[in-house]
Amino acid sequence: MSELSMPRCWNRETKPHSFCPGCGHGLVLKALGMAVDELELAEQVTFACDIGCSLLAWNFFNFPSLQTHHGRTIPVMVGLKKADSKRVAVAYMGDGGGYSIGLQHLVSTAVRDDPVTVILVNNTVYAMTGGQMAPTTLPGQKTETTPFGRDEAETGFPLKGPELLAGVVHPEAYLARGTVAQVLRLKKTIQKGLETQRKGHFAFIEALSTCPTNWRTNAAATWSFLEREMSDYYQTAEIPH
Amino acid sequence: MEKAVRKERRVFMTGNEVVAWAALAAGAVHMFGYPITPQNEIMHYWRRLAPEYGRGFLQTEDELSAGFTAIGAIIAGKAAFSATAGPGTILFQEPLSMAEMMRLPLVLVVQQRGGPSTATVIYSQQEVTLACFGGNGEGMRLVYSTASHQELYDYTIKAFHHAWSYRFPTLVLGDGYQAKMREALIIYDPAERGWEAIPAEPILGPERIQGGGRPLLHLRNAFSVEEELAEVLREHLDDFARAAPELVEYEFTGEPGAEILVAAHGIVGRAARAAVEELRAEGRPVNFFRAITLRPFPEEALLEALRISGGAMLVVESAVGQFGRMARLAVAGEPLRSFKTLYRPGVGIAAEEIKEAVLA
Ligand SMILES: Cc1ncc(C[n+]2csc(CCOP(=O)(O)OP(=O)(O)O)c2C)c(N)n1
Ligand code: SF4
Ligand SMILES: [Mg+2]
Repeated sequence: MSELSMPRCWNRETKPHSFCPGCGHGLVLKALGMAVDELELAEQVTFACDIGCSLLAWNFFNFPSLQTHHGRTIPVMVGLKKADSKRVAVAYMGDGGGYSIGLQHLVSTAVRDDPVTVILVNNTVYAMTGGQMAPTTLPGQKTETTPFGRDEAETGFPLKGPELLAGVVHPEAYLARGTVAQVLRLKKTIQKGLETQRKGHFAFIEALSTCPTNWRTNAAATWSFLEREMSDYYQTAEIPH
Repeated sequence: MEKAVRKERRVFMTGNEVVAWAALAAGAVHMFGYPITPQNEIMHYWRRLAPEYGRGFLQTEDELSAGFTAIGAIIAGKAAFSATAGPGTILFQEPLSMAEMMRLPLVLVVQQRGGPSTATVIYSQQEVTLACFGGNGEGMRLVYSTASHQELYDYTIKAFHHAWSYRFPTLVLGDGYQAKMREALIIYDPAERGWEAIPAEPILGPERIQGGGRPLLHLRNAFSVEEELAEVLREHLDDFARAAPELVEYEFTGEPGAEILVAAHGIVGRAARAAVEELRAEGRPVNFFRAITLRPFPEEALLEALRISGGAMLVVESAVGQFGRMARLAVAGEPLRSFKTLYRPGVGIAAEEIKEAVLA
């Protein structure tokens, strides 16, 4: 990535970043960086990352950022926002952190319509711990804990987060799913999520992302899994509610 | 933010009400809580009083969230706290461990109930080990064990101040009896007793300037290599050891040549004190030690008290050796004439039983 294309709010001292080559996390954070730059929010944002590969983003930006505890990033940002409503609180996490160990926080925060922006990276696995099944693992997908492919009869169907939340959110809340295959669209989605928070409401954006390391895919297979299998199962759109 | 207590006054309250007033008086800004008996009324009183004094409250989805929302508020620079008991204290180990790692002044009031698991909602002193060492670390926390409503008030106020001054999570231990029982005490404006406002400030952000004039923008909870962690922990352990002499608190009464030292903490310490006073009135020279801080533990004071007492000790607690182990460790290496115990897990202990144990 060239110097010029780096969002202004990125912390240059920590680039190049430490995600694996081909990882989608960097693209989600690029979309977030561009969204913050365009809205001129760098002075207001506080960014918290979960434990998972998202933790690598702890010093990614020039704004106040912290690592939290696996699954607990949402409550940390809810408390921060309660204590200082001028801040724009961004909670960044993986699908394991948000949909499994921390799901009670995600649902409860959505129900309360807490004004925070949650960005969740769906890479269909627990990446940091070596590629186990996540709530988002696709039917038939092989992971370390589904070595013969995810069996829905045994483990149920993949969780669709924004659709799940659609049943409980406030009418003014924002729910969307984007993809790192369309970074500019993802940026717009994140912008809406940030604006929604500034209007006092909850916003949730899931980003379909890539993990070539745990998928054990080359560039072409990585892209194809994202663009075909994942995009077929997960609708990338604003989710009506 | 309006002051909650201006004029000193004598009141008659339950322990839970006392904690709510103490937190208000101290200047706490937010409470985050999840219902559990016997602490519920702390939340109830706080919730009713908070709007009058410009304070906030959120009932969270569980204790994990209560702890982590409090942490978020603390990072934004506001004194925040929660209260819990029993199984809630277990869940609280997650936020407490993050607070230990990141030196966040999280304040937690624990009204101990019977354990393990759900057990009773009534009373115990079984949450001592969890309070002191429940995290996956070295117990870098301050823990106060209170013996009266006055102490609940005093030490809840102190907890906020010391948490923010020393930057260790801080717990105030009470129990179900204290929570529900009414007792007289004096409530006061902490400023009148020399407590300035809680030294709260944003922990993360451009306002927080570190060495070299750089703003603190990135706060870490995960490390890549052993040496990095070791360096951070060394600093924390050194800070804790350095602060310990300023922080330890205890009560000791006694004289050289006593036949035994009775050691306890919390409200069992009250029964122990009463037993010792009765024995003395009957002409038996018995000494008395009550630990007020359990972390850091008043090791040297206990050792000194034991020496004065001729090397004989009776440890009394409503648990099986949670306090006793710390007491035993504090005097390890000291020749003991006798080491007796009166352990009643999850059950109250009367002065009469303690007298009997001394005489046995
Ligand atoms: C309480 C707790 N349980 C388990 C872990 C181990 N752990 C670390 S990261 C992680 C999963 C991360 O997966 P995900 O949230 O999907 O993020 P990703 O790495 O895929 O981006 C787990 C289980 C932990 N740190 N804390
Ligand atoms: S393991 Fe996967 S998610 Fe983690 S940094 Fe590497 S590619 Fe990205
Ligand atoms: Mg994942």
